[in-house]
Amino acid sequence: MTDRRDPSPLARTTSGFLFVAIVCLVFADIAISTVDPWREFGLLLEGIVTPDFYSTDSLALALGYTLAFALLGVALANVVGFGLALLFHRRAVRVGCAFIRAIHELFWALIFLQLFGLSPLTGVLAIAIPYSGIIAKVYAEILEEADQRPLSAVPVGSGRASVFLFVRLPDAWAHFRNYSMYRLECGLRSSAVLGFIGLPTLGFHLESAFKQGQYSDVSALLILFYLIIATMRIWMKKPLLPVYLAGAAIILPWSVAFSWSNILRFLTVDIVPYPLRVGGDGSLAAFGDWLALLLFDQAWPGVVATVQLTMIALVATGFLTLIFFPLISPLLLGRAARTGGHTFLVIARSTPEYILAFILLNLWGPSMLPAIVALSLHNAAIIGHLIGRYTETVQLRLDAVKGANRYFYEVLPRVYRPLLALLFYRWEVILRETAILGILGIATLGFYVDSAFADLRFDRALLLILITAMLNICVDAISRSIRSRLRLQTTLEQR
Amino acid sequence: MSLLELRDESAGYNGKEILSGLNARIDPGERIALVGESGAGKSTLLRLFYERLGAKAALMPQDAALVQALTVFHNVYMGRLHQRSVWRNLRNLVLPARDDVEDVRKVLVPLRLEEKMFSGVGQLSGGQYQRTALARALFHTGDIIVADEPVSSVDEHQAREILETMNAQKNTVLLAMHDRALAIEFADRIIGMKDGRIVMDRKSAGMTPGDLDGLYLNGGA
Repeated sequence: MTDRRDPSPLARTTSGFLFVAIVCLVFADIAISTVDPWREFGLLLEGIVTPDFYSTDSLALALGYTLAFALLGVALANVVGFGLALLFHRRAVRVGCAFIRAIHELFWALIFLQLFGLSPLTGVLAIAIPYSGIIAKVYAEILEEADQRPLSAVPVGSGRASVFLFVRLPDAWAHFRNYSMYRLECGLRSSAVLGFIGLPTLGFHLESAFKQGQYSDVSALLILFYLIIATMRIWMKKPLLPVYLAGAAIILPWSVAFSWSNILRFLTVDIVPYPLRVGGDGSLAAFGDWLALLLFDQAWPGVVATVQLTMIALVATGFLTLIFFPLISPLLLGRAARTGGHTFLVIARSTPEYILAFILLNLWGPSMLPAIVALSLHNAAIIGHLIGRYTETVQLRLDAVKGANRYFYEVLPRVYRPLLALLFYRWEVILRETAILGILGIATLGFYVDSAFADLRFDRALLLILITAMLNICVDAISRSIRSRLRLQTTLEQR
Repeated sequence: MSLLELRDESAGYNGKEILSGLNARIDPGERIALVGESGAGKSTLLRLFYERLGAKAALMPQDAALVQALTVFHNVYMGRLHQRSVWRNLRNLVLPARDDVEDVRKVLVPLRLEEKMFSGVGQLSGGQYQRTALARALFHTGDIIVADEPVSSVDEHQAREILETMNAQKNTVLLAMHDRALAIEFADRIIGMKDGRIVMDRKSAGMTPGDLDGLYLNGGA
């Protein structure tokens, strides 16, 4: 007689997601359409190994702008986010933060481009606004999880502000500092990518160099970018922060003017749905048609493609993580091999997925494949790094098995829960990125948003961005409920 | 004039009643130890005392409860947090004022913590950690100290030092203790607790640890 057990909830969830991803993959377009992708890839590799640091004279300025937008945006987001974290017990603040962080910084930038043009305000706000929402949430969680015991020893009658300063803030401070560093790294990536929509950062030069096939320039740009990120802990010192911020404020071209009448028109006229703007008899019926057309012709296919790509990328990320984390795990590899693993993971996670997708798209032609590979490479490198570091704390008994048996019997069972926790935590991030990759021409929501902006149909663009935000908030809620049902937790350092 | 008086009162956490039928009166200058098995209600009764006493009393909680990220100076300074303005407190957090440093030093010197004044409390030994918690309570200007197992994590030599300092510096001392011999030696009144009730309340003079056996034996009187 066989003894059949019900599968564990963990196994059921895993196979459920796997099934969904396979169904999505069956309907996905993943063809390589370029005539000779390998020739182009060969040229790219040739460029990568022959970086040319002197061809673009504006290289230094591009890096300076990239740093400046990131520093000012993240600094502003830290101040605002901290203030919001203190008010996070209010429902309105929580909902507001969920909303502003559900909109990707590139979408914010597309909106601010209409308001402020190429003024530095566009770049700084595009980073600062969504990051404020993220930072508020994380800081509120840090404050909540701080050691509450010292509260009992505070003398009766101490003021609330004093108690906050002495008891709750000090322990949270170190976490704030660590998290700010991580956010700055994200900010640098966001800032670089803002170049793709016209701001004078790294992405701008990267795109033009790529379009002209100057791969040696591409290589130089990317190498400098990796260096900045890799050395961040060396140059980012607290006493130097005011110097950096002042420098950032000085080099940005604030003289680029923007017109108030433009802003006013955008906010009061342009974003009003066209039929309502025109008015007259039957404008309400026309509005119905406008809405139906937008929802069925653009929003719906956009949502379907976004969800489809997200699910494939999520599961692919999980698979790649299983391969990536052993590369830096002392339980499985020797020191020399791990050094190679670290280098690979640093490069894969420092390259913004947008840039990775852009490069692959140019090699393989438009389909979902470049997006899937870019998203899963980047995210698997991030999660693989965290899981690999986690295995450093695992102590195996002396007689533990070796090789593949060790991986499957000793290591994988230990890391599977934290791995799933991180994966579900990044689900929402992957969705945000998926939507934005539409700007590159993959038919996700970002594609329709970008087209609407290009056609100067701001009313459509705004509605599509709102739908994207709602989708994000939904996925966030589902992910949270799955994580709490499976009791999957991430620690503070891993957010 | 008594400090506080309980008449057939009850106490508990989160609306759940743990102690009932409490009768006790505490006068200034008394040194009282609560003894009994863990779970008998010592901490809950001590907490009730502390709540009644308010700002007159300094509390030394069971786990010392220092703020890990701050220095010894800052943790001790917190004993007077309620007597200074927010601005003064903020200033001392960032850049300690000289006269406050001197005031804290006076408390630290007899506790052999002077050299550790600006060390983070994470780097302290167990004894130093516990003495820092004591220093915070001593820095509090009230002349009453309420201490929950203040010496449970240190050796006997350090325990005596802490209890002696407490008795010397504060007028009224309320302790929860599981070490019967130390309780009898350092307190002049013993309150025995069992199953959420006060079952004994008498002077400690002439008492031996054996007299407290009844509090600990299962099913005993």
